Amino acid sequence: MFTRLRYLIELSHAYSIARRYFITNGFDGVLTMLGLLMGFRVSGAQSLELMISACLGGAVALFMSGLTSAYISESAEKENELHKLEQSMLTSLEDSTHAEAARLIPCLIALVNGFSPLLLALLILTPLFLAQQQLLAGLPPLDTALAIALLLTFLLGVFLGRVSGRFWLWTGLRALIIAAATSVLILLLHLLLGVK
Amino acid sequence: MAIVTHVVLDVLKPHQPNVLDFASQLADLGENYSVNLVVQEVDDRTHSIILKISGDHLDFDAITQHIEAMGGSVHSIDEVDVKSEPGKQAVA
Repeated sequence: MFTRLRYLIELSHAYSIARRYFITNGFDGVLTMLGLLMGFRVSGAQSLELMISACLGGAVALFMSGLTSAYISESAEKENELHKLEQSMLTSLEDSTHAEAARLIPCLIALVNGFSPLLLALLILTPLFLAQQQLLAGLPPLDTALAIALLLTFLLGVFLGRVSGRFWLWTGLRALIIAAATSVLILLLHLLLGVK
Repeated sequence: MAIVTHVVLDVLKPHQPNVLDFASQLADLGENYSVNLVVQEVDDRTHSIILKISGDHLDFDAITQHIEAMGGSVHSIDEVDVKSEPGKQAVA
């Protein structure tokens, strides 16, 4: 089954598409969590339950959005590709591996696009879950979660660097700068609006 | 039933799987299958190819089915070599 799936992935070049979706929506997930956590940080929120609920709500929304949007767009794209190929071949490809790939690959890409922000968000929220269970000895949960968010942003940048063949430290730092700029913007907005 | 030992097929196939994969998958269909693939023409989405497949006992149906499963279509059978099955003679 995995051999078959690997063959379909190779046939439709789905690996690079899935990788792109993983990075794009993973970045969305990390920055959304970072934004929410920064919001809690600057407003001085204390309730762990409130933070977890808000962040989980955001993560689930990103999961659903990623799952459905990727499926809708990729299935339309694959159907269009198959139709064009059928026109070139002057025959139906309904029983071919191309049709099988056009049916299966959008589901696979949708799963990657949905789960990447959800899993990264859950990783970021781990300190909050641990603190809720009194398992985070001595560490401030919100700051630890923020640190994990920054670390994951850096790692996503490193991954991008490996994909593009550029120097990993530079791409990692570039992603980190984007996360830092997001945090500064939230802080400035908070200071400007004076929201407590 | 005569045994098919060699066929030459004129086939239209999509770019994917590539010619190496295409030929390898056909070679894997049976023991001692030897496949020669020559690209005749490359279009926007398709390749026109000539396939020469040889073997001790070719399963022609399996070959055409697998070509279709890979998205290809057999345009014509241009050449065949067949031999009689040992110990079997045609009934008049």
